[in-house]
Amino acid sequence: MTIVLTVNGSPRTVECKPHHSLLEVLRERLSLTGTKECCDEGECGACTVLLNGRAVDACLVLAVECEGETVQTIEGLAENGRLDPLQQAFVETGAVQCGFCIPGMIVAARYLLSTNPHPSEDEIKEGLAGNLCRCAGYSRIVSAVSLAAERGQGQRQD
Amino acid sequence: MATERRLEYARPESLDELFGLLRAHPDARLLAGGTDLLVRLRKGADLPSMVVDLKRVAEVRHDIARIGGFIRIGARAVITDVVGDKSLRERFPALVEAALVVGSVQIRNRATIAGNICNASPAADTAPALVAYDASVNLIGPEGSRALPLEQFFIGPGRTMLATGEIVASIDLPLPDGRTGSAFGRLTRRHGVDLAIVSLCCVTHDSGTARFGFGAVGPRPFAVNTRWDAPLEDMRGHASPISDLRAGAEYRIAMLPVLTRRTLNTALDRMRHAHTSP
Repeated sequence: MTIVLTVNGSPRTVECKPHHSLLEVLRERLSLTGTKECCDEGECGACTVLLNGRAVDACLVLAVECEGETVQTIEGLAENGRLDPLQQAFVETGAVQCGFCIPGMIVAARYLLSTNPHPSEDEIKEGLAGNLCRCAGYSRIVSAVSLAAERGQGQRQD
Repeated sequence: MATERRLEYARPESLDELFGLLRAHPDARLLAGGTDLLVRLRKGADLPSMVVDLKRVAEVRHDIARIGGFIRIGARAVITDVVGDKSLRERFPALVEAALVVGSVQIRNRATIAGNICNASPAADTAPALVAYDASVNLIGPEGSRALPLEQFFIGPGRTMLATGEIVASIDLPLPDGRTGSAFGRLTRRHGVDLAIVSLCCVTHDSGTARFGFGAVGPRPFAVNTRWDAPLEDMRGHASPISDLRAGAEYRIAMLPVLTRRTLNTALDRMRHAHTSP
């Protein structure tokens, strides 16, 4: 099947099979490998992307369901080489250990801040409850999201 | 996924088109949010020849609207929509509490409440609240439409009253008369993203009655009508839980009166502080 969708602001046309997940299409057809494949059953959040602005697990979405939809991945956060404030905060806080969970963490945090610009620590933990970090680097991840929120509602600063 | 075998995907835009597809492919599986179905397809637990996506069927609604004495939740409404709906938060707070513990935010953004009941897991998080609030389901098929009390919709694990070719169009919640209070309760192994060991909802009415909905303590979610002052130990008699990796049957039975007491107390407390607005 041929599908047309918008990925990180650009229209993309992709050939795929009905059983292909959005995750497979992003990684294998569009070479957007920042979105990670891990559990493949919606438990770990490593494949979190924004679908029409809402955080979803890309492994639980068929690519064919995305005809005409808008997807944003971790690659779409930085603009013109400028890191998103969340990315900057993760770097400064030392929130990245092995790094595998981080793209999903940051996209889930981006969604959290879009719906709740000033989350409490508990709200951050709840917002990231669908994202597992097997390095167990949670406390610095929570700190990084707090820092980004403090710096202006998680919006990009200029 | 699953299998590289042939899987077709269809995206009907009308009920007529949908029913035609289901007639031609009796083994087709319906796709709404897909958060359970995709896992089953990938594991090979379901091997349909076709997946029929409901999301663009014009007549299947995604809104949550007041219709007469009901609030109607369209079959395409996702859990996040339920969590964010003002009228549900005001009138059916225990359903919102239950919706908030469904999976993770990623799951809630995709999964539908109709899908949650159609999968008919005995531990479905939203089911105890829906049955306690006396929800009914509106079904529609090629022969016409019908409504069923939700409690009768569940037959057993993974089994419902849906006939072949029939779909859930919406869920109706009757607005309660008089002063009521309600609360959701749940026992899990860990704080977030877990399936329930026991889940329940209590709806109290100022006439002295209480209606409970229970999940994960029997083959299907069920309701029990009682009074505030009835001995809660009796609740054990309604339960027939299994032992599984989450908890033993004995533990579930032992916890039932404890959770029943806590949830009843919260519902009564809320009722005493509630406004009696229509």
